Amino acid sequence: MTSASGSVPAGPDTAFRSGRGDTRSPVRPHRKRWGRTVRWTGWLWVLPALIMYAVFVLRPLVLTVQYSMYHWNGIGAARWAGLENYLTVFTDRDLLKIISNAFILIIFFSFIPVILGLLVASLVRRITTGPAGTMVRTVLFLPQVIPLVAAGIAWSWVFSTNGLVNQALRAVGLDGVTRAWLGEFDTALPAVGVIGTWVMLGLCTILLITGMSKIDPSLYEAARIDGAGPVREFFAVTLPSLRQEIGICLTVTIIAALASFDIVYISTSGGPGLQTTVPGLEIYRLAFSQRQVGLASALAVVLMVLVLVCVLPIQRLTRGEK
Amino acid sequence: MNLTTRSERLTGRIFLIALVVVTLLPFLSMLSAALQPRGTVPTGLAWPTDPQWGNFADAFTAANMGALLKSSALIVAGVVPVGVLIATMAGFGLGHLRVPGGHLAFGLLLLGLTLPFEAVVTPLYYQMRDLGLLNTRWAIVLPLIGLYMPFAVFWMRAHFINVPRELSEAARVDGSNTWQLFWRVHVPLARPAIASLTILLFLWTWNQFLLAIVLVDDATKRTMAGALGAFQGQWGTDLVLLCAGSLLILTPTLIVFLIFQRQFIKALLQGSVKG
Repeated sequence: MTSASGSVPAGPDTAFRSGRGDTRSPVRPHRKRWGRTVRWTGWLWVLPALIMYAVFVLRPLVLTVQYSMYHWNGIGAARWAGLENYLTVFTDRDLLKIISNAFILIIFFSFIPVILGLLVASLVRRITTGPAGTMVRTVLFLPQVIPLVAAGIAWSWVFSTNGLVNQALRAVGLDGVTRAWLGEFDTALPAVGVIGTWVMLGLCTILLITGMSKIDPSLYEAARIDGAGPVREFFAVTLPSLRQEIGICLTVTIIAALASFDIVYISTSGGPGLQTTVPGLEIYRLAFSQRQVGLASALAVVLMVLVLVCVLPIQRLTRGEK
Repeated sequence: MNLTTRSERLTGRIFLIALVVVTLLPFLSMLSAALQPRGTVPTGLAWPTDPQWGNFADAFTAANMGALLKSSALIVAGVVPVGVLIATMAGFGLGHLRVPGGHLAFGLLLLGLTLPFEAVVTPLYYQMRDLGLLNTRWAIVLPLIGLYMPFAVFWMRAHFINVPRELSEAARVDGSNTWQLFWRVHVPLARPAIASLTILLFLWTWNQFLLAIVLVDDATKRTMAGALGAFQGQWGTDLVLLCAGSLLILTPTLIVFLIFQRQFIKALLQGSVKG
């Protein structure tokens, strides 16, 4: 299982490259026999997928960009706005705060799971095969399988006044620290972040352990002979070898943080104040409650670009040279 | 292996066990709350003296579970087979037939790979309204098929590009056309890739929330996740019932997950390459 799943992250990547190269050399002789018409009718195979994509993704995407340049309440006539909505997104204090909230969530959704995952992975190296290993894997994947809405409900309860967190704090005599974690100004955003950590941690850990088990043990042997301690070993062997897995973890979790919606909607609805409001939630509110479709669309375009700006460099760094 | 010192490995194990416990605690806490008598104020984790299993029956009725299951099943039945089929065909066309200009189509699809659903949900709302599909399950089914295409085609193309072309040559000599070639030779070979894709699309559809709450008002026409959102809105103050209902709504996914555990984990690990 480990080898099968482990080899795949590399699959599409290498496939992508060989695909480009292949069109030139080995295909030539077949091309003649298949004939030009066959090759063109090949488009019929691609067409259904492309049509669905064009109608339900590309068209809305173009419309989002178009809406973003108008003032429109969704009902009446739209008024040309040029770049005014974008100017609002980048200058309005509330909107800037909302965008920065999404970046703070990256710490909880991405950095903490990856760092903790690396720690566990480098200590465990491989999960034992057999029932114990299967159980660990199954449990750690639970948060990935359940809807985020359910995670939100469960954690709202855990963080509530009578919830598990406060119960534990009281049990160790820290009554003074207890509070409604999701309801208070200073703790709400980190508390939402913890929910994200909980969801992402298992996936990252398993991905990293899987990658870990593929590292050639002789590399560690060599490092130990050279007198490297566990720390040097980690930076010299583990970290470089896991580059690709770390890249995957970061990509998945950063997208989840920036585009978060479900967890926030359920656990805090963005409150108190704007403390936990994220772009996804604000787009929904602006478009459907406040009827500012233009501004909502501008924020949507900004969000889309932010995701790309964060994710593309990671892809380049972690995949490019391998 | 024996190079790792004992203490290091022990620390690793302890971390792993701690992780397992932390993952399970929210579920256990929900279960303990769900079993308290209705109308009481539960605390975090306390096994009730008299577990009220009847709460689950109440929640089943209150959540209208029968209708919800049917609705989610209908949506999945609308999205997954069609999505998998057209993605497999497109992957075949782009990866194996290598249609001329295919890289353009592929590039266009890659654009959508990191797209947050929030970026298109507003125009989708108006599009569905104009088509008269708002508040019907079609409003969830059709956009989801489109939104899954970037990943699904990417996924299937990655499989087909590694299939040796000699295979098709041999079948050609036998005189079968492309259609027969696809069904008789390539689909059976692609079975593992198709299985993983099916699992992922099922999971993502079942758990889809944003499209469900924006495009469909009636909770009984939504996905499971969307219905759960509505259930929370309605019963948010009755914590016992909310916990019982949430656990109940989770059960179908959990059962499917436990049955297909191996395939699920494989699919999720492979699928995380998305983006």
